[in-house]
Amino acid sequence: MNMTGRRGFLQICLCFTVLSLALLSGSAFSQNGGELRFCLRSEPKTFDPLLVDDDASLSIRYLTGGVLVRVNRHTQELEPELAESWKVSNDGKIITFKLRHGISFSDGSPFSSEDVAFTMKRLMDPALHSSTGDAFRSGSGAVSTKIIAPDQIAIIFPAPIAGLDRLFDQVAIMSAHSPKKEGAVLGPFMVAEYKAGSSVLLQRNPNYWKKDSQGRRLPYLDSIRLDIQANRDVEMLRFKRGELDLINVLDSDYFDRLAASSPGLAHDAGASLDSDFIWFNQVATAPIPEYKRAWFRSTNFRRAVSQAINRDDLSRVVFNGHAQPAVGPVSPANKFWFNSKLKAEPYRPAAALQRLQADGFRLQNGALFDKAGNAVEFSIVTNAGSKARERMAVMVQEDLGKLGIKVNVVTLDFPSLIERISQKFNYEAAMLGFRNVDLDPNGQMNIWLSSAEDHAWNPQQKAPATAWEAEIDGLMRAQASSADSKKRKESFDRVQEIVFEQAPFIYLVNQNALSAISAAVEGANPGILSPQTFWNADRLTLNATTRASR
Amino acid sequence: MNAGRKVACVVVLGMCAVSLAANWIAPFGYAKQFREAPSAPPSREHWLGTDDVGRDRFARILYGTRISLLLAPAAALVSTVLAALVGGLAGYLGGTWLRLARGFTDLFLSLPWLFLLITVRALMPLNVSPLVSVLITFLILGLLGWAASARVLSTSADALRNSDFVLQARASGLHGSRLFFVHVLPNLKPVLYAQFWISIPVFILAEANLGILGLGVAEPLPSWGSLLRELEGLISFREEPWRLVPLVLLIVVMTSFQTLLSNEEVTA
Repeated sequence: MNMTGRRGFLQICLCFTVLSLALLSGSAFSQNGGELRFCLRSEPKTFDPLLVDDDASLSIRYLTGGVLVRVNRHTQELEPELAESWKVSNDGKIITFKLRHGISFSDGSPFSSEDVAFTMKRLMDPALHSSTGDAFRSGSGAVSTKIIAPDQIAIIFPAPIAGLDRLFDQVAIMSAHSPKKEGAVLGPFMVAEYKAGSSVLLQRNPNYWKKDSQGRRLPYLDSIRLDIQANRDVEMLRFKRGELDLINVLDSDYFDRLAASSPGLAHDAGASLDSDFIWFNQVATAPIPEYKRAWFRSTNFRRAVSQAINRDDLSRVVFNGHAQPAVGPVSPANKFWFNSKLKAEPYRPAAALQRLQADGFRLQNGALFDKAGNAVEFSIVTNAGSKARERMAVMVQEDLGKLGIKVNVVTLDFPSLIERISQKFNYEAAMLGFRNVDLDPNGQMNIWLSSAEDHAWNPQQKAPATAWEAEIDGLMRAQASSADSKKRKESFDRVQEIVFEQAPFIYLVNQNALSAISAAVEGANPGILSPQTFWNADRLTLNATTRASR
Repeated sequence: MNAGRKVACVVVLGMCAVSLAANWIAPFGYAKQFREAPSAPPSREHWLGTDDVGRDRFARILYGTRISLLLAPAAALVSTVLAALVGGLAGYLGGTWLRLARGFTDLFLSLPWLFLLITVRALMPLNVSPLVSVLITFLILGLLGWAASARVLSTSADALRNSDFVLQARASGLHGSRLFFVHVLPNLKPVLYAQFWISIPVFILAEANLGILGLGVAEPLPSWGSLLRELEGLISFREEPWRLVPLVLLIVVMTSFQTLLSNEEVTA
């Protein structure tokens, strides 16, 4: 090649480079979404989407995992994702998915029904001990898959599973062929860097399949930095300084302070699915005096305690009004499953005393005594460090004190508390809460079945101890084995009525879903379902100033 | 007594006196909840405002001071007596006893205190009244807090055992407990006093630490630990400065206790 030729070649290269740079810069401009930053409150225990059972790992799975169907966190409706459509058989045992075409994992490997089959096989492997997989275990026998076509697959279960399709919201599809395994993802982001104890960096998945209405590839953001930060004070300070863009779950104290200084940044999405409650120990072998066990097993005693608690005060004082008096196991936020005929137990100390008197209790010199003359006194254990629960316990202590009941509030470190309430049963009453993530009542089977481990007041019964527990067992099994949502709703409505009448759990409040979102974030629409603030992370953007600064 | 020690003495005695008179001085009971006015700022009715559930903060500080100021010295007394028994006797007996006691003390010192306290507290019976629970909490503090003092005392007693006057007493026919109680123990007094005074703030702080973790004195009884928990979540000092009162009191009392120690005791 002579000099002229060489120069010509260089000119062509230069033109090509300039053109490429121009094109790249154009595309970079359209995709320059910047970096969203928020905190995880603990170290993620795993990046394997099928082994996730902690909040931090759940967040990462939500942001990185591709699922066949997704529960819209705002409408609570099920929407297609990797599956274009799906069908559950009439007997509730088979679900058939029609998959989308032309989708690739983040590493470029193509997505097909083989990946779904691989994921289901791994998920249901007993050796994996996947809590996500436990929700699909409906009877003896293996779960099998039938690949009908590269874009069609049927998953066959040994017994019917109610609400089967919704369960797939939690199943992030893994690649059958990629050597990266959990590193190959179908969600909007992929894990790019993990610094133990410090942060997780998620970068945009270049092969993410979704586009917006204008045909632009999602997600808009370039990356998400998740700083691991357990201290909520520090988290709030960093948010106020503009170092963080979101706080997914806020306490009411922080919320009010933020709302006072920057009202536009604090978001109250209304009652969440979470509930706090008290229950009495009814375990036959528990090391508590027999006369106390008799109180705790009395429906009148439990209902009286329930009626003597001022839930409005709890909501107003402890949560600064950012909570609602709880009705039962389902929050009113759960639009479909909540039994709207039920109302929260009103504060009626006089009615409570009447109930107690009906059981032979008597009020004497400001103290309550049972038929045998035993002074009514019990302890409520709760976990140390939860300010809200400690405050509620103190208020319950005062409310019940007005009925002559002496309550001792005991705060214990969490492991000791769990050991007492689930192994040694060495406690009288406990105050804890459920953090519900599942709208479907099947997610509560482990609580309501009398044989279940989490049937807190009297777990692992060989046969139901009471007629109403037997009725709940029957109703829960009936709803779990039916594919008819109307029948299921009827059964679960009755369960809620029984729980209200018998008060095995004395529900106190449903906390509101409180969050903080920086003004720099555009497109956020906080909801009550987890993850409250970043459920639509693929459509979130940052304003130009913030983008430029990151 | 120098001026600093006089002031410190007046501060400690004054606070003890005021807290003992809480029943008469406090405008309300420490447990009374004014639910219409939770987290209220100072007012004519509530001089230092109210806490999260509407309890009068001034009343709770008075009663909390009483509990911390009375029970911390009691716990310090328990730990000093134990330290005198273990450290003093081991130092006096010397030889294998001293080595054994030091090994045991070192082992005790190497235990993670806070976790030990949490574990012991978790093993306590649940259904006890708040008053009993506070007594148990401080008793545990006293029973677990002797090791550092015992180490100091064993060294001092060891030095005394080999001193001329003890040798002379031994040569004069004094032995055993008489020698220990007549000659050794009285000469350990400055060290014992010092350990006692040093232990008081340590126990107040230990209870405060437990309180901050929610594992201190049971509700509704107040203590400095539970009062200090109110500072949790306080982002700016300017926001609600009245919430800092328990912290200020704690600092004043700790400083006063340190000032009260004589030079001799500090040296010891």
